[in-house]
Amino acid sequence: MARIATRRQVAISTAAAWLAGFLIFFPILWMVLASFKTELEAFAIPPSFLFFHWTTENYATVQERSDYLHHALNSIIIAGGSTLIAMLIAVPAAWSMAFSPTKRTKDLLLWMLSTKMMPPVGVLVPIYLIWRDVGLLDSLSGLVFILCLGNLPIVVWMLFTYFKEIPRDILEAARMDGATIGRELVYVLTPMAVPGLASTMLLNLILAWNEAFWTLNLSTLNAAPLTVFIASYSSPEGLFWAKLSAASTLAIAPILVLGWFSQRQLVRGLTFGAVK
Amino acid sequence: MATRQTQILARTLLTPAVGLLFVWMIVPLALTIYFATLHYNLLDAGSEQFVGFENFRYFLTDPAFLASLENTLVLVGSVLLLTVVLGILLALLLDQPVIGRSIVRLMVIAPFFVMPTVSALVWKNLLMHPVSGLLAWITRSFGLTPIDWFNDVPMLAIILIVSWQWLPFATLILLTALQSLDEEQKEAAEMDGAGALSTFTYITLPHLARPITVVILIETIFLLTVFAEIFVTTGGGPGLQTTNIAFLIYSQALIQYDVGSASAGGLVAVVLANIVAFFLVRIVGRNLEA
Repeated sequence: MARIATRRQVAISTAAAWLAGFLIFFPILWMVLASFKTELEAFAIPPSFLFFHWTTENYATVQERSDYLHHALNSIIIAGGSTLIAMLIAVPAAWSMAFSPTKRTKDLLLWMLSTKMMPPVGVLVPIYLIWRDVGLLDSLSGLVFILCLGNLPIVVWMLFTYFKEIPRDILEAARMDGATIGRELVYVLTPMAVPGLASTMLLNLILAWNEAFWTLNLSTLNAAPLTVFIASYSSPEGLFWAKLSAASTLAIAPILVLGWFSQRQLVRGLTFGAVK
Repeated sequence: MATRQTQILARTLLTPAVGLLFVWMIVPLALTIYFATLHYNLLDAGSEQFVGFENFRYFLTDPAFLASLENTLVLVGSVLLLTVVLGILLALLLDQPVIGRSIVRLMVIAPFFVMPTVSALVWKNLLMHPVSGLLAWITRSFGLTPIDWFNDVPMLAIILIVSWQWLPFATLILLTALQSLDEEQKEAAEMDGAGALSTFTYITLPHLARPITVVILIETIFLLTVFAEIFVTTGGGPGLQTTNIAFLIYSQALIQYDVGSASAGGLVAVVLANIVAFFLVRIVGRNLEA
């Protein structure tokens, strides 16, 4: 009796969960399908779901018409560059706070967190003017710099929570054996910290790849990453749905894959360790 | 000796991060405050003069400010309500025994990784277009007149898009919290004859109180400055119907080139965000002790 009820329960919750999941995922699926249609079919009413003439020509056209690769390369440089620099600055800081904490460490961490709370629009004006005056508008280095600063608090926090979980005893043992701080860092800490470092980088890459405030406001053409490139499809004269879909699919595919791998770390990174 | 060395080293390692963040926080903010007291228009450069609180008076009494403040609150409030309520339901559903749960999870999380400009345009064109959008086709096949989303209910359209982006975040965090709930506690309640509803009210919901607070606070921080979704769909219109504070400041600074009042608006946004941040920092800080 109980077993039958359970089986029915599983069936019901499975059906409901798959339906909900499908509905939420549907816009992405619909976009991917549209990217393989011709422009006419993408626009057609009634829409065709699977039985249309599958074509990959949109993907080729997107590159020819609007230089997709140029913008993709910009995205890679901006997301990768800002992540690497943020890591270089954050690793020593997080290491120092996790292993030589002082009375002020907690306040320092919370202060760093509070800098992340500043709405970017609050400082848009001065940043725009400074960038204009030093010639950083529409430059890759300008965007790398600002995204690096914007994500630095999250990076420090995530690294800090990972470093704190590394057992102290091992470090003390290494110190007893006469290891210098440099050696301790390279031979003891680094190998244990690699998973935390990797997931921090991953989350930061995702955030920087999708960042759409500074990129939209501080770049136009030369340094424009994919967020800006896609935004250029919003002009009313260009109702090219199939091409928009192809460009969008290309723009989100790599990050979607990375994101799926980093779900767990996402919770931790975005809640500053408040939910684990 | 060694400890002193360690201390000095620790401080040295900390300095670049702290210094950079300090400069990043102080310099633009100080400049914003300074600009906010000037009459400063980029089209009329060189004529800057000190005007005291004139910009604040102008910005705060501008009907556009009140409209955009209201829009901001409506947008933030609605998205919070939708994502938290649906997020709890989804998290409860995914916490049940579900065949293929990890695949469902992937589907549910996916929207969070879509860049804002992509999700806004896909919704605007492929789904919400009044003639060729999928939703128009569905409504028409039920014999109803399709909704012209971005003309008739532009704010609702934005709310739906932004909720779709943030629902995964709420679900993922609440699901993570649910999975850390002690199974024994639930079983004990069931043995004592508690029904599903009272188990939820007296055990699950209190357990979720803190994660829900965290979701609300973090979402609020990001939702206060929703920008890209408005930028690529409505451009703040029609009229001011979808202009939030972030978009108003953007248009004052980079379309009307009025640096002074845009800066005053920026400070208003900073104050709003700080009210939320105050509570978030306290919650996170409490967690740091434990």
